[in-house]
Amino acid sequence: MFILIVGCGRVGSNLARNMLNDNHEVSCLDEDPEAQARLEVGLDQSWEDSGGRFTVGTALETDALDAAGIARADAFIASTDGDNTNIVIAQIAQRRYNVPTVIARILDPLRAEWYSHQGVRTVCPTKVAIEMLGAEVRAAAEKAEGASGAGEAA
Amino acid sequence: MYIIIVGAGKVGWNLARELLEKEHEVTLIEKNRNRYSTVEQELEHNVQYGDASELWVLDRAGVQRADMMIAVTGDDEDNMLICQVAREKYMVKQVIARVNNPRNRPHFDLLGIKPTVSATDLILRLIEHEVPEYGLVHLLDLEEERLEIIEMQITEASNVSDNRVGDLRMPEGSLLISVLRDGRGFVPGPDTVLEPGDEVLAVLDPGKEDELKALFGPDGDSAGG
Repeated sequence: MFILIVGCGRVGSNLARNMLNDNHEVSCLDEDPEAQARLEVGLDQSWEDSGGRFTVGTALETDALDAAGIARADAFIASTDGDNTNIVIAQIAQRRYNVPTVIARILDPLRAEWYSHQGVRTVCPTKVAIEMLGAEVRAAAEKAEGASGAGEAA
Repeated sequence: MYIIIVGAGKVGWNLARELLEKEHEVTLIEKNRNRYSTVEQELEHNVQYGDASELWVLDRAGVQRADMMIAVTGDDEDNMLICQVAREKYMVKQVIARVNNPRNRPHFDLLGIKPTVSATDLILRLIEHEVPEYGLVHLLDLEEERLEIIEMQITEASNVSDNRVGDLRMPEGSLLISVLRDGRGFVPGPDTVLEPGDEVLAVLDPGKEDELKALFGPDGDSAGG
């Protein structure tokens, strides 16, 4: 599968390496030329030599998306550090380029939910973090109650 | 009419001020704390602090009962999404978005955000169209943006009358941003055919005016001179 990842921060770069490892064709787009260094963390050769592609450009510029190969992308991942940018470029990928699989990272849970009802596939790390933290706290609370309950019984 | 304006920059602030003077109900939303504090000294409860791309901020501003949403921040993504959410989630009937970078215009079109405007005077015109009794004269300068906006009248004598916009050899650094026809403003596409009576607005880099006038002329101005 040809995967285009826009936004090469911690999430984008690690995802890109994993996908390359899974033998997918991976192209990354980031406005910061230095982002390529993040892709190469842990690799013993350059990102390009490992088979990856890297394009410097702004995601809203369709020239940059074209250069990164969006026309033949099977999957498009919007993982820049801006929710608004991710929502906009995901919709561009979907509506203008008809990319079959489009996924946007949206940190704001309210908007992630609303846009997912509008047909944008969203991943909301904040929501996952809230759920995990909630589960941890509940587990701790249950344990504490169990302990105090046991104390009362004894 | 209840109007929400997002972005208390020069455009948003002045727009809010003018609309309040005309006794509209206005809420201005600004996400920069310092800017908010400055504007709040004058507009008081009519300005709210917050990031209007967050739904709860729009909720708090009463977006459900808003008649119009005007997004004039300096960020095109924000303007696009605020208008998209206002229209599609909150059913706000009229949305107006400012386009900061003309190259982003196709993205606004793609998301169905219309009308879009690149300049204050056009925002004012559109509001004027929405509220016919409302006369607007105050124009704001665009010095900070280093752009000029010029208005040209298409007459029967104009070189470009009955031409497709796509066929015009527009000078580099210039762009047609709107056509006003029969009191309605719209963004021309390549297939738009210019008609006598049209009022055309173009945005251009400083110094391109003569080149553009030569392409479009002769118009009312040059006929007079």
